[in-house]
Amino acid sequence: MSVLHWTYVFVGLTFALYLFIAWLSRVRDTRGFYVAGRGVPAAANGMATAADWMSAASFISMAGLISFMGYAGGVYLMGWTGGYVLLALLLAPYLRKFGHFTVPDFIGDRYASNVARLVAVVAALFVSFTYVAGQMRGVGVVFSRFLEVDVNVGGVVGMGIVFVYATLGGMKGITWTQVAQYWVLITAFLIPAIAISIRLTGHALPQLGLGGQLLGGGYLLDKLDQIHADLGFASYTAAFESGQWDRPNVFFVTLALMAGTAGLPHVIVRFYTVRSVKAARWSAFWALFFIALLYLTAPATAAFARYYMIDSLQGKTAEQLPDWFRNWEKTGLILWLDDGDGRVRYSAGEDNEVFSYGAGKVVADGSATALPAITADHQKWISSGRAQGRDWRGVMRAAGLSGPDRDIIVLATPEMAELTAWIVALVAAGGLAAALSTASGLLLVISSAVAHDLYARVIRPQSSEAQRLLVGRAVIGVAVVVAGIFGIFPPGFVSQVVAFAFGLAAASFFPAIVLGIFSKRVGTVPAVAGMLAGLAFTLFYIVANVYGGMKPWTFGLFAQGINPQGVGAIGMALNFAVTAALTPLFPPPSEEVKDLVDSVREPEGEVPAVDIETAVEH
Amino acid sequence: MDSPSERSDAEHAGDGFRTPQHLSPAVAASLRRYWRTNVKLMAALLALWAAVGLGCGVLFADALNRFRIGGYPAGFWFAQQGSIIVFVLIILVYALALNKLDERHHEEIETLKRSAAEDAR
Repeated sequence: MSVLHWTYVFVGLTFALYLFIAWLSRVRDTRGFYVAGRGVPAAANGMATAADWMSAASFISMAGLISFMGYAGGVYLMGWTGGYVLLALLLAPYLRKFGHFTVPDFIGDRYASNVARLVAVVAALFVSFTYVAGQMRGVGVVFSRFLEVDVNVGGVVGMGIVFVYATLGGMKGITWTQVAQYWVLITAFLIPAIAISIRLTGHALPQLGLGGQLLGGGYLLDKLDQIHADLGFASYTAAFESGQWDRPNVFFVTLALMAGTAGLPHVIVRFYTVRSVKAARWSAFWALFFIALLYLTAPATAAFARYYMIDSLQGKTAEQLPDWFRNWEKTGLILWLDDGDGRVRYSAGEDNEVFSYGAGKVVADGSATALPAITADHQKWISSGRAQGRDWRGVMRAAGLSGPDRDIIVLATPEMAELTAWIVALVAAGGLAAALSTASGLLLVISSAVAHDLYARVIRPQSSEAQRLLVGRAVIGVAVVVAGIFGIFPPGFVSQVVAFAFGLAAASFFPAIVLGIFSKRVGTVPAVAGMLAGLAFTLFYIVANVYGGMKPWTFGLFAQGINPQGVGAIGMALNFAVTAALTPLFPPPSEEVKDLVDSVREPEGEVPAVDIETAVEH
Repeated sequence: MDSPSERSDAEHAGDGFRTPQHLSPAVAASLRRYWRTNVKLMAALLALWAAVGLGCGVLFADALNRFRIGGYPAGFWFAQQGSIIVFVLIILVYALALNKLDERHHEEIETLKRSAAEDAR
């Protein structure tokens, strides 16, 4: 059977499994719909959190990013795992003790204000929608690359699947499908990593292989540094050298990703679903444990694939090129434009011959050019002895398309390791599992923000349980469709904005929740002002930098300007500072709110909790 | 619920536990002890988190790169392996310690309740 057949088999089987689980976990009340009835065991919630958390970007793109960034790629590894320490120590147990359904619930009750609630709802919707559009696009991309169907058809099929299991089972259905999706995606990620590790270093553990010696002798990382130096790339393992991110940027981006991770609503709500405060702590441990299985392996895959890619291409003639190159050349993720000597040369300089084809990005003479036209015209240039046609290398370089597409690192690893067809197909199922699990978690946040925080708490507090459940299902249905439309007609900025969702979460939610738990003095006005200041500053900086052409600010302190990905850390500091400055000027919270804080801090329930639970009628 | 007028301003301003009148002083003291132990442990673990993640992994990465851990330059190892391992361990230690502290606190409160009940008799 071919890779295509196997892919249909795996994708079909996993989708059937997700739908079966959804049927088993249908729900009839809002408690089941929003927090899975609070009956999820800690380890299962850990797996669900891990799948929820690891998106198409983590699965497909992260190893590629590390592969091309070397040391500085560690910002994603440290940022996206370090955030769980903040989550486990500062937020998860307390929010579980608080109960309720959503993040705006906590902000609204703690700051006793519907304005605070609405600010939180808007922030949650903004963060979740940008993020989910990227996931839907990811589903479409996996479909088109592995199943040879149109990107948009893929997006629609993915939407249909999520629609069924999210509306039917709500959080309960989503949780148990995410557990299944975790196993699909981790298996799909680990098998190729282990295989390529054995092939290059003889170690079955990729983490040992990364620090180990190549079968041909010499440490892998030393060899990689050597190759990078020879080809003119920045060193793979060295930090803060010229051509790389400097120290302040690595610091701020790491910090922004950490605090953003702890502030993302779709991750936080997962801790509402477990039985107790104790289970919430265990659940945070299991979540990071399961995430670490992938995050400790990704840097190994990155280095192996980087080494193997260069080693199997450099100096090869057309006949010697490996099969994986021939397969992926068709997708435009990697292509070779020779200078006429008949040998591949991959380098950081002007003599580089390896590129990727970014659809619609290659613009010559005012119009976008198709991939076959480029290769044909370039071939003409070579065969005519540079008389006719055009040397496309300069055009590609000017378009920023030097080197292969980063995604190829994960997508082509199974073929680089010469694994059989069914494992290649498994990677497709893994990529889909990663994208679908994250999308469904985000859709639930969108649904709960509108149906619970807006409808049930603000617009119609007198609504019945059945009405609320119906509204919840309707909103999730609408959200799936809206997200799908975003995925089919991406508003251009989607892929960039996903990375910025972290900055916005760091600058808005994280300080407000932490201060809400650890201070009894911070009142409504300072907290809302802090959230708005952090959000506005971060949004302004990102928009002005990415779309307004503003140069990154140096703040008079740093040699390089601060990358918009890292500005969330500064927005967070601003949020804390504004709140701290205003707090002495405004009255402290009411006695009811102070009792609420006491009850959140205390695991026993000895301090009488304010009777808010009955008001919502669970 | 006691009325706010019965409390002094100092109690409002402080961030520690108030001693609401519906709690006996012994129970309130137990709650305060619990919260202080929790905050201390948390601060220590967060210091470790910052030292390993932001310290070894970022701020001192280039200096640490002069040393090696097997085939890894040390700064690179912290950034791409070590910090993640330490993060998992930090959460494990916190979960174990806090769940134990919860149990101890629970027993303390139960003992206090029993003795209060005996006093009443």
